[in-house]
Order: sequence, then C-alpha cells, then structure tokens
Amino acid sequence: MSVLLSAVATLGAIGAGSAAILYFVGRKFHVEEDPRIEKVQEALPAANCGGCGFPGCASFANACVKAETLDDLYCPVGGQETMDRVAGILGKSAATAAKKIAVVRCSGSCDERPRLNLYDGVSNCAIAAALYGGDTGCSFGCLGLGDCEESCTFDAIHINPATMLPEVVEDKCTACGACVKACPKDIIELRKQGPKSRRIYVSCVNKDKGAVAKKACNVACIGCSKCQQVCPFEAITIENNLAFIIDDKCRLCRKCVPVCPTNSILELNFPPRKETAPAVKEEVTANA
Amino acid sequence: MLKTFRIGGIHPKENKFSAGKAIQPIAIPAQVIIPLTQHIGAPCQPVVKKGDKVKVGTLIGKTVGFVSANIHSSVSGTVLKIDKALDTSGYKRDSVFIQVEGDQWEEKIDCTPTLLKECTLSSKEIIDKISAAGIVGMGGATFPTHVKLIPPPGTKAETLIINAVECEPYLTSDHQLMMEKTEEILVGTTILMKAINVNKAVIGIENNKKDAIDKFTTAVKSYPGITVQPLKVQYPQGGEKQLIDAVVRRQVPSGALPISVGVVVQNVGTAFAVYEAVQKNKPLVERVVTITGKEIKNPCNVLSRVGIPLNNLIDFAGGLPETTGKIVCGGPMMGKAVASMEIPVTKGTSGILVIPTLESKRNNMKDCIRCTKCINVCPMGLSPTLLMNLTEYSEWDRAEKNRITDCIECGSCSYTCPSDRPLLDYIRLGKGKVMGIIRTRKN
Amino acid sequence: MNNKLIVSPSPHVHSGDSIEKNMYGVLIALIPAFLVAVYVFRLDALIITALSVLFCVGFEYLIARYIMKKEPSVFDGSAIITGVLLAFNVPSNLPIWILALGALFSIGVVKMSFGGLGNNIFNPAIAGRIFLLISFPAQMTTWPTPAIATTDATTSATVLSNLRLDPGSLPAIKDMFFGFEGGSIGEMSALALLLGLVYMLWKKIITWHIPVSIIVSVALFTGILYIFNPVPTFNPLIHLFSGGLMLGAIFMATDYVTSPMTKSGMLIYGVSIGFITVCIRLWGAYPEGVSFAILLMNAFTPLINNYTTPKRYGEVVKNG
Repeated sequence: MSVLLSAVATLGAIGAGSAAILYFVGRKFHVEEDPRIEKVQEALPAANCGGCGFPGCASFANACVKAETLDDLYCPVGGQETMDRVAGILGKSAATAAKKIAVVRCSGSCDERPRLNLYDGVSNCAIAAALYGGDTGCSFGCLGLGDCEESCTFDAIHINPATMLPEVVEDKCTACGACVKACPKDIIELRKQGPKSRRIYVSCVNKDKGAVAKKACNVACIGCSKCQQVCPFEAITIENNLAFIIDDKCRLCRKCVPVCPTNSILELNFPPRKETAPAVKEEVTANA
Repeated sequence: MLKTFRIGGIHPKENKFSAGKAIQPIAIPAQVIIPLTQHIGAPCQPVVKKGDKVKVGTLIGKTVGFVSANIHSSVSGTVLKIDKALDTSGYKRDSVFIQVEGDQWEEKIDCTPTLLKECTLSSKEIIDKISAAGIVGMGGATFPTHVKLIPPPGTKAETLIINAVECEPYLTSDHQLMMEKTEEILVGTTILMKAINVNKAVIGIENNKKDAIDKFTTAVKSYPGITVQPLKVQYPQGGEKQLIDAVVRRQVPSGALPISVGVVVQNVGTAFAVYEAVQKNKPLVERVVTITGKEIKNPCNVLSRVGIPLNNLIDFAGGLPETTGKIVCGGPMMGKAVASMEIPVTKGTSGILVIPTLESKRNNMKDCIRCTKCINVCPMGLSPTLLMNLTEYSEWDRAEKNRITDCIECGSCSYTCPSDRPLLDYIRLGKGKVMGIIRTRKN
Repeated sequence: MNNKLIVSPSPHVHSGDSIEKNMYGVLIALIPAFLVAVYVFRLDALIITALSVLFCVGFEYLIARYIMKKEPSVFDGSAIITGVLLAFNVPSNLPIWILALGALFSIGVVKMSFGGLGNNIFNPAIAGRIFLLISFPAQMTTWPTPAIATTDATTSATVLSNLRLDPGSLPAIKDMFFGFEGGSIGEMSALALLLGLVYMLWKKIITWHIPVSIIVSVALFTGILYIFNPVPTFNPLIHLFSGGLMLGAIFMATDYVTSPMTKSGMLIYGVSIGFITVCIRLWGAYPEGVSFAILLMNAFTPLINNYTTPKRYGEVVKNG
C-alpha cells in the first residue's frame, strides 16, 4: 500500500511541478497576436501555395492585417470572393481584380515542331534549358519535360504525352503562378480568364525572324503583323518578330485569329464559327 | 612519388588516340561563321557591317566590358551578314558570317616562322597587346587572359603556373602543340612572367606525356626562372585549384581567386597565343583542335581557323562514322554535346570528340545507395549526393552552407556513381540558383 | 548517319561502376567465410544459406512486384547479400520456418517498407538477426557442435557465454582465429573474414575506416582493461576473434546504406560500435553485443552525417 501511495505522490508531485513550470514559461514568453490574423487566416483557402508572394497563408494574413490598404494584396487561389471576405473582417476595401488563369504560349507539338536531336538527360526543364536550346529548331519553345507539372500543387497542369506540351485544367487552375516561375523558358503567362472563360492569345514566344521561326515550327508566330493591322482596338503589339495581345485592351472580337497565316493565335471556349471559306477549300483539296 | 592534388580525383581511361599526330592545317571553306561571344563575359559589339571587306586579323567585334575579349576575322573576304547562329552554348547568338575570298593577312602580322626571343615591352604594354589580340584561356574555360594578368589591388603574384596537364581523356591538342612549338611556348611563358612581374614559373605536365616532359626539361635550361614539374596522372588536375595544390601545395580558400595564394595559372595554349600576339602581332584567329573518337578513322590534331564548321573538321578526320551517337566539343568529362554539326570552331574548342551510340546513352538512374564514392572522388571535398538532394528539394540555404558554389563541375561524381545518378546535372542547376541568390543579396 | 544526335550534359563517360558490381564484390568477399562454414557445419550451412538467400530474394521480388508495384530489382545483389548475412548470423540447426520469418522481417519490414535499397535506416540482416534473437532466444543461442569435432553432436555454448560463466573452458586463441569453434554459421573463422576485407579494400568496394576503427577500438578498450586486470575475460584477442565481431565489423557495419558518408563520421561510427560492443559483452544482459551496437549506431547515422563534413578543399593548412 505504501508503495502505491509513494508512487502516486511522486508522480503527482512531478506532474504538478511540470505544470507550474509550463504555466510560468507560457506566461513569460506569451506573444500578443492580433486576433484578426487568425480570422483572416480562416477565410483564406489554406493552400499555402505562395501564389500571393508570401511564404504561406499565415504570413499573407499577417500582411493583410498590417497593410494600410489591400490594393497590393491578392489571393489568386481564393479570388475576389475571398478578398472581399478578408476586407470585411478588416474593415478595409479589397481592390477588384479579374480572375486569371495560366496559359501556355507554345503550340509546338511533336507534329508541328519536328525533333532534331535527342535529349538524354534528367527530365527537368531547368537542366535542359541550361544545356541548350532544346531538341527542336526553336530555342524559345516548350521543352516538355514537366517542370510546370512538378511545380503545381493543384494538379492543374499536365504534360500531354501526345503533344509533349503542358495543358492547363481550367477548373483546377488557381493562377497561383507557381508554373510561371518554374518554367525556364517563360512560356506560361497568367492572363485574364475572360467572360465564360473565353480568351484569345498568341500561342508562341519565338523571337527569331519569321523564316527561321517558320522553319523550326509550323505554328510559330512569324511577326508578320497581319493581326496587328486587323485589330480594331490596338491590342496587339509586335516586338522582336513576335506578336502579343494585351489583355486589358483585347475585347475578344476574334478578328485576329483567322488572319494569322500560321494559326499561332488561339481562341478558347468560343462557340464554333460558321463554316468559313478556307475550311471548304481544304475539303475540296482533300476530295481532289 | 609524383606530385598530384590531395583531395579526391579519378583516373578515367585515357584513350589518347591522336597522340603524336602532327598538327595539320584545315582548308578554309567558302564561308565561316564567327560568333561574337567566344569567351566568358559580355558579348562583343560588331564593328563591321554587311558588305565590309575584311582581312585575316581585322577586328570585327569589340569588347564592351572589362571581362570580355576582342574578336578578329579569321579569314579574308566580305561580311555577308550579322545574324544569329547556333554555337557551342546550344543557343543562337549573334555571329558574323564572312564570305571567304583568298587568304590575305593584315600587314602588321608577322607570318614567318622565325623565333623571336627578345621582348622589350613593359608589363602594361604586354597586357594591352594581349587584350587587343582577344586572347582567352585556351583550355576550354575561355576566360579573358588579360583580366587574369591584372591582379586585384592588394594582391601580388609570386608564381606563374603553366597548365600543360591536359587531364581530359582523348584530347592531345596541347600535347602536340608542346612538341611542335616548345621554344615559342617558353618565350610566351617568359612574356607572361614579365606581364605579372614574377621571376618563377612552373610548367605542370602529367606523366603520360613523357616526351613533352623530356623536351621541356632540356629546353628550359636556357630560360631562367622556368622549371618543369612532372605530375601523376589524375583527373581533374587541369582544374586551376587542383593544379595549384599539386604544384605549390597551397589551397585557394573558398570563393577566392588563385591570386590570393600568389599564383596565376595560364594554359599552355594560351602561352603560345601570347607569344604570337606579342611577338608576331597575331590576334587569336586559329587554334589546335583534336578530332578523335573510338570510331573515327583518322584521329588527328589540326590547326583550324575560328569559324570553320565542325563538319569540315570531322570530314578531314575521315568523316562521321555511321555509329555516331554524340558529338562533343571539348573532352568527355567537361565538354559540351552539340546538337548540330554546323556549329563553328571557337577559341575554346580544344577538341571534337565523336562518341558511338552505344556509349552515348546514359543508364537509368537508381536510388542512391550511399556508397560515398562521389564524396571520395570530389576534388573540392564536397558531398555531391547531398548537394543533389538539396537541389531537388530547393533547399538553397543548406546548399549554400554545404558550399555548392565551390563545385568546379569536373563531373567526377557523375562519372563514378554506381547508381548512375546525374549528380552534376543537379549540382550545376543548384549552383546557378545559389549564385543568383548570393548576387541579389549583395545588391 | 541518319540518327538524331544525342545531347546530354557532361560528363559523357562513365566509370562503368554499378550497384551490381559492388554487391557481387561483397558476395565474392564472403566466399572464404562460406567455405569455412561449409567445412565446419557440412550440409547444414549450405542448406541454411541457400534457403535464406532464396527467401530474401523471393520476398523482395513479391513485395516489389505485388505490393509496391514496381519493377523488382532483385538481381542487383543486395537481397542476396542480406540472405547470406542473415544465414551467417544464425545457428546451423535453426528451424527453417524461423529462418523464413527472419527473412520476411529483414526484407519486408526493415528494407522494403522504407522504399527498398538505398532508403532503409537499419541494416536488414542485423535487424533480422536481432528480431530472431529476441523472438526465439532458445533456438538462436543453441549452437551445434561443429561437425568436424570428434565428440558427438551435442550443443555447446560459445566462447562468449563461457567468458563470463566459465572462463576456465576457453579454447585456444589460435583455434578461434582459424575458426573451428562453435557459433553461428558465418562467425567461424576470423581469418576467412579478414581475407574478405582485404578483397573489398583491394577492389575499393569499401574504405578501411569503419572495419579498422571497430577492430582497433575493441582491442583498445579491452586492452586497457586487460592491463589493469589480466584475466581471460578482458583478453583483447579473445574479444577480437570470438562471436560476430569480425563479421559485423567487416560486412555488416560497412553496409553502404546504413553507415555514415564522411570519413570522420565513419570513424565516430566505428569507434562507437567498438565501445558499445565491449560494454554489452562485459556488462550487458546478452553475451554478444556487436549486432546491437551496429543497430544502435545505424540509428545515429543520419545525425552523424548531419554533423560531419568531408575534408574541404581550401581548408587544408598550407604546408609549402
């Protein structure tokens, strides 16, 4: 019995002593934290993707609370809705920003862009890009080794094994920008998702002269400026033999798409056009 | 016991098929492509335009920064265009295309083979001449030579080491140059000693070139201050830091330049180029290239003008074998595989190595078995397997602490790995990232 | 030439070294000890070793193919080594089902559940042996008298258990060195194991650091005790040539995957194993401590790796 008692007493004493130490240490080192930080954090998606430019959701919440205005702060994953909620918690107003999505500006699939040599290294774009321009004649285009896929925490970008090009899954992409940073060729860009997910962009980043670019890839932008001429809104610039559609100016009129001689301008999620002349012509030649 | 460096090292099969083959000149084709970046540092600005007539030795690209080297025309003829062309970097860069007409040299260049021993120029005049001639490190690193000859403030050179190691397997261009231009190299060495104001020079030669060691040991007797140091065959002895350790038993601290231990290292080919530039007014427009490979019919050493496509050189050596899998500019350990045979010879092309398909493909990578062989062979005393993992997981802080920036990219780790892991590929990537981080931190 | 050129980063040559070469090199180094075992225990040793290898390779194949769903790499030799070493660590009359259980534990739990070769924390053979020792102490510590002995086949205690129980009955050190005393299959002959060490050092499969530091530290610790109290219990030679010390120091502690990667780390690891072994042998509950010492230090390996670095270039003092 006395053994039992002494055991209980000893353990109890140790427990009480430890509790006391913990209590006082906890008091002494207590950090006063703004309770709003926790609330903001709860409103965030908790993806910890770093798309906002901060290491994680906690530090973004901290920044939101400390910032004077929310103009420079944006959570691409949560989007406008989340930012409005954060603004509500903090009694500030959120800046309005259009929802963005990642687009891959290269259409040089295996068929369009012949492979000229064989890369036999690690399947890593950064390593291949440091070595040379790539296994095609185009040293600007996609290497297809999947750094973007690797970097995506939302399972929203995948290399299509048939084309060896990455494809963005629209429902999953949060425009966090991880793939943009991961791509050593700067092919991926965050663009406005557009109404009904409709968007138009130049799917090429080749800055070579037209003839060189065309030789390397059938769907390369050759900088011919036809799209620029046809654009009613001055939304297209041509620099270094490469056309670029400015997001903010483009009104999705689709006029530039058919004039492109190399089909390097892509339109996504638009209803199909009426049968156009070139398509008919193609049919004729096919029959002939 | 022969001297060698003290940490790590490997001994790959030497395969020096072209050893002892006399240097033959390569015929000049109808057109050459001369890249405007043939060195480490800022690209040159072109000073010619389409239609200009040039002679051999005419300046066509001028330096824009301190770390840069002039580019001269290697042929006489007309400038066709200045356009992007693929070079050994694997990317298209600005190059001068020249249509060849005859072979006229600039008047001031002395083309006679007479040996000129006397050099009365001052240190500054020598360095200016070297700078004007666009001389770069001929071992393959292509670092502008004049930059190395101007010591940073507060440092003083004591010893000049001439790197005649040629530790890369297959390559023999330096070896053959040493056999044919012994006196010129020694005069060049004397000029370099004068330029950095030292009275001691050591020529480090690996023991697999016994004939060169003998020849130089006899020849140096008439050149005061120069000695020959035979070295045990060990890769990467040609690495600057390893050579310094081997010859003078000093180690350059992490992040410091060789001058911090009082040493300047120059390649033996550079010494010859310096002789030609200073004594003969000849800019760097040609170099000795080894064309070799297991299946090459006629492995040889040639004297090629800068700008001649690899095609022409390979044809000279008996054409491209059917079994070719890979073409490497430089040696098998540090050379660059090229994607096209149209790429021109540049100042840094020490060899062209043709590897058969069977030996070109890498084996599949397996898990690391922690055998520590990469650690044992690393000449910088790093842990390659750890650095590869840190790069894979983007742990840049730890990579920096484990001195990823010390890596000299010699490839000994990948060479030796039993699991066929691409250690150097990752370390090179991580090294670049960490150097970028350090640079932004400094700014 | 019609093929496309291959482009890859340097280096463009490889030494030709491979996991297989190293693993089969270790197996070759194990041959002398195996021959002695067959000489001493005749068919029993052969059967136990063959079955152990079969179990290990079989389990690895099955686990890799049907549980991990990856291409089994059983012929890289590592499973064979585990099998041989496990067999070398058990008595030659061990029931087969216990052996199979040991192999399953070694391969299944210790090796494959961590991801296979290269990812395990503990040496599979050592962990297997300890698993069996704790689970089946009776079967694991009754050794048959060697078949070459003239007496009838009765079980005999080993040198190490006699060390404390009955110091008077110790055999001649010479016999221990050549290996005709009772014990586990592979622990017989120190000479045969040392031959294996010489082979592995010659082929550069391992470096001297781990085995030498273990052997020297055991000799040193017991030697110091022997100087103060020269009784057979402390005799360094008995400690060196008895039990699993040589087998452990040469073949098990040197396992690539579970030993430290730096030279200084290897020395710390080796000396620690030596010290712990001596402590367990002299004052612990078990007569033999090598495998416990190795297992314990396996656990410390990541820590040692973390706190030791190779000798860096640029940190060597100038010596003219």
